[in-house]
Amino acid sequence: MIEHSIVRRTLPHLFLVLAIVVIVFPIWLVFSASTQTLADVLDAPMPVVPGVHLLENYGRALLEGTKSLGASALTMVKNSLIMALGISVGKIVISLLATFAIVFFRFPLRGFCFWTIFITLMLPVEVRIMPTYKVISDLGLLDSYAGLILPMIVSATAVFLFRQFFLSVPREMAEAAQIDGAGPMQFFARVLVPMSRTPIAAMFVIQFIYGWNQYLWPLLITTKEQYYTLLIGINRMLAVNDALVEWPVAMATTLLAMLPPVAVVIVMQRSFIAGMTETEK
Amino acid sequence: MRKALVLALLSLAAAGLFAQPVSVEFWHAMGGKNGEITTAIAEKFNASQSDYRVTAVFKGSYPDTMNAGIAAFRAGSPPAILQVFEVGTATMMAAKGAIKPVYQLMAEQGEKFDPKVYIPTITSYYSTAKGEMLSLPYNSSTAVFYYNKDAFRKAGLNPDKPPATWPELFEAARKLKSAGYEYGLTTNWISWIQLENFCAWHNIPYGTRSNGFEGFDTQFVINSELPIRHFTNIYNLSKEKVFVYGGRENKANSLFTSGQVPIHFESIGGYGNMKATCKFDFGVARLPYYPDVPGAPQNSCIGGASLWVMGKKSREEYKAVAKFFTFLSSPEIQALWHQQTGYLPITRAAYELTKKQGFYNENPGPEVAILQLLNKPPTPNSMGIRFGFMPQIREIIDEEWEAILADKKTPKQGLDDMVRRGNEKLREFERINK
Amino acid sequence: MAKQYEFSARRLPYLLVLPQMIVVFLFFFWPAAQAMWQSLFIQDAFGLSLTFVGLENYLKLFKDPLYLDSLVRSFVYAGFVALIAMSVALFLAVQANRRIRGALFYKTMLVWPYAVATLVAGVLWMFMFNPNIGVLSYVLFKRFGVEWNYLLNDSQAFLLVTLAASWKQISYNFVFFVAGLQNVPASLVEASAIDGAGPFKRFWRIVFPLLSPTTFYLLVMNLVYAFFETFPIIHQVTQGGPGQATTMLVYKVYRDGVFNLDLGSSSAQSVVLMALVISLTILQFRFVERRVTY
Repeated sequence: MIEHSIVRRTLPHLFLVLAIVVIVFPIWLVFSASTQTLADVLDAPMPVVPGVHLLENYGRALLEGTKSLGASALTMVKNSLIMALGISVGKIVISLLATFAIVFFRFPLRGFCFWTIFITLMLPVEVRIMPTYKVISDLGLLDSYAGLILPMIVSATAVFLFRQFFLSVPREMAEAAQIDGAGPMQFFARVLVPMSRTPIAAMFVIQFIYGWNQYLWPLLITTKEQYYTLLIGINRMLAVNDALVEWPVAMATTLLAMLPPVAVVIVMQRSFIAGMTETEK
Repeated sequence: MRKALVLALLSLAAAGLFAQPVSVEFWHAMGGKNGEITTAIAEKFNASQSDYRVTAVFKGSYPDTMNAGIAAFRAGSPPAILQVFEVGTATMMAAKGAIKPVYQLMAEQGEKFDPKVYIPTITSYYSTAKGEMLSLPYNSSTAVFYYNKDAFRKAGLNPDKPPATWPELFEAARKLKSAGYEYGLTTNWISWIQLENFCAWHNIPYGTRSNGFEGFDTQFVINSELPIRHFTNIYNLSKEKVFVYGGRENKANSLFTSGQVPIHFESIGGYGNMKATCKFDFGVARLPYYPDVPGAPQNSCIGGASLWVMGKKSREEYKAVAKFFTFLSSPEIQALWHQQTGYLPITRAAYELTKKQGFYNENPGPEVAILQLLNKPPTPNSMGIRFGFMPQIREIIDEEWEAILADKKTPKQGLDDMVRRGNEKLREFERINK
Repeated sequence: MAKQYEFSARRLPYLLVLPQMIVVFLFFFWPAAQAMWQSLFIQDAFGLSLTFVGLENYLKLFKDPLYLDSLVRSFVYAGFVALIAMSVALFLAVQANRRIRGALFYKTMLVWPYAVATLVAGVLWMFMFNPNIGVLSYVLFKRFGVEWNYLLNDSQAFLLVTLAASWKQISYNFVFFVAGLQNVPASLVEASAIDGAGPFKRFWRIVFPLLSPTTFYLLVMNLVYAFFETFPIIHQVTQGGPGQATTMLVYKVYRDGVFNLDLGSSSAQSVVLMALVISLTILQFRFVERRVTY
């Protein structure tokens, strides 16, 4: 509807701008804190205007970490990256293969496989957290990248999305490939996967964010500083026993933790939104 | 013949050259500066000889570290040495087979080990009722109170004569509030300071069976007259807005260090922190007592953590641990640890050495804490506590305390509930570990 | 549906499905089975003494006032988070859906918080409302005389975690509502306008019912989010306190398992949570297939 009155026309802008302010304000504060000295931050109230120590604080965050946290932000960024990429790539690969089998092949146990995988949609990792910890511990995968990644690639969201997409692929193409003498795997690699660029991209964005932002699981299974992910590092910086929290460095690390997923979302916004709204069905 | 000889010599030489030192891991929860010093001590040990190597690994908070150790044990590869906080003692000692008691270790390894060189109040906490040491005390602290000397001057109180009894302290807190401070008094660790230390300092029992030392069939008795009186006093002070609650554990520290609240109960382990962050002149004082209680002041009890030796390790690893423990107990290392971290030395010799080095002339605070521990020989009420599920029980105490402050129950009801809920946990523990 | 062409290979499909199945068995079914198994025992922390107790852990749970409180509290919390996050998002989606200049800018600016980790959301709000150094606590105290200390005050702590959780979820709901609104045929709305219905009536009579599949989906997703995925906020900001004021079920599982080393109870709680989630998910699938108005 096109509203004609001026008031009606500016109201939406007003609300939306207000919303943006509310959303951005906490982050602004954190940014401001990350540019000041510890004394400034502790001297309530903290100035809302940023200070001048930006380079210094971020430098320390990246290279040293806080005193109570042995790992530098660089190490933690590396770990978060490995985890996020491992989860997104891992999940996409095994899901593509599994979905391909379920959709394009007829074999006994097909239904069984489908439902087994489907059930995993039903349990967020937080619910099975303690028993999964025991399993990982039994497998000797505590404090390892495998331990960080593997339990996170279980859920069937990717299978769901890919299945929907694969179902919409005309079967004639598969038949044609067979006639041309190509095997199923060639069909898969040369035709299906390239066609699936969009859902793959969407899944990548969603899983990257999911993997990067994982918290509870890394918290449980990493105790060696070299394996800390960014989020765990932030938690450890803020939860110190006797020493004081080093707010500026902790806040700088918090912002650093936010940047990559936000960047990914903004850059790949279209695929991301398409992917999110598609998994609904 | 010559070839064989040469070969034999070569392999002997190789064995000598490439003989790896026996390596053990030491998992701890010392963050920040304390962690750096821990690592430094391990390095010192490694440098002092070439047969054994200790690697110190920081594993996070006390619960995280303990959990990691337990998980590692369940997975079959525990560290040789695990630092566990004092409230985990009951869980650790109940786990026969998972741990190796220190007195056994030292005896088996032939290490000279005389329990009498250790400060009794510290080691008793980690020993059996018969005095056999189960774990080696590592970082021990006790409760004291810190006071803002500048604030005392401002309120007309004598900064060199801090209040010695609770009534005096309450008065001082009121005077400080009148002098313009927002509040007069706060505290950390309600459970550890205002109950565990409180009972020890006044020589009243915390639980039956010698505070749990004699068996798991113990019950709490903290809802006796004195704790009720004490909690009621603090509650009244909070209604007068003289006492302010700063949160659990050590959350109230910033209230003191920022200058807002001039009297603060905290561990002597926070001394380094205070020195680093307080911009005012502060002092450390002995715990106050109620003068009408016979036997008070007795001695305070400790907090902190000890080192447990995990079970199912090899003989060589145990040798390494034994050597390391001897090293740790030497007066020089203890004095170093004590002076640099604020934690207490575990042997008298270390205390004497520190005194000789003049450390207490500039830092009288830590000596206050030691003298408090040494005040009198410990009684069954003041050796410490040994209760299962103590971390949960401390939480229960915190919760009930918060309910009292929020006017949801009277101090007596709160303490009764602490006892009731705490006893439930004790019975659970008893059942699990029978 | 016409018979679809399918490949017929003998072993290939099994090989293709294998990685996924291995992962699902190892990290889904095995832990779930272990949880159910462990919930039937009590054991010491080291696992050295295991005693079979049957359903006792469950019975203890449902007799435990703390657990029941946590149950109710979690539902209330989830309800509030869903309500706040959804209504704000819906309102904003409606605003952004009008043909106004800069709609794309607004949408981008409101979508990116989805990428913010729940933990970070907790940290942000914790920082703003820190009783000693938080900017907003200061404002609340100086301008409004509110003594803000969520470390001591139950309702304040509850409010804080609710707001932090809702803040983060608004973007997610916003994306779906915008998409849903775009699927509402403009012709229907305009017809209603021609019939003389004002904007509010148009919304509630036409638009909202047509949004019901989206709304229902989001309701379930928000509830699941609030129930399970807001663990980091609680862990970071309040640790379940003061007292038990912010101890939600998912936090209690962690606390009892890791800190209190009470594995029997923790496993039983996990199993109960599993049952809860499965019911919610089944509910969603059943309902979405039925009650949707096309």
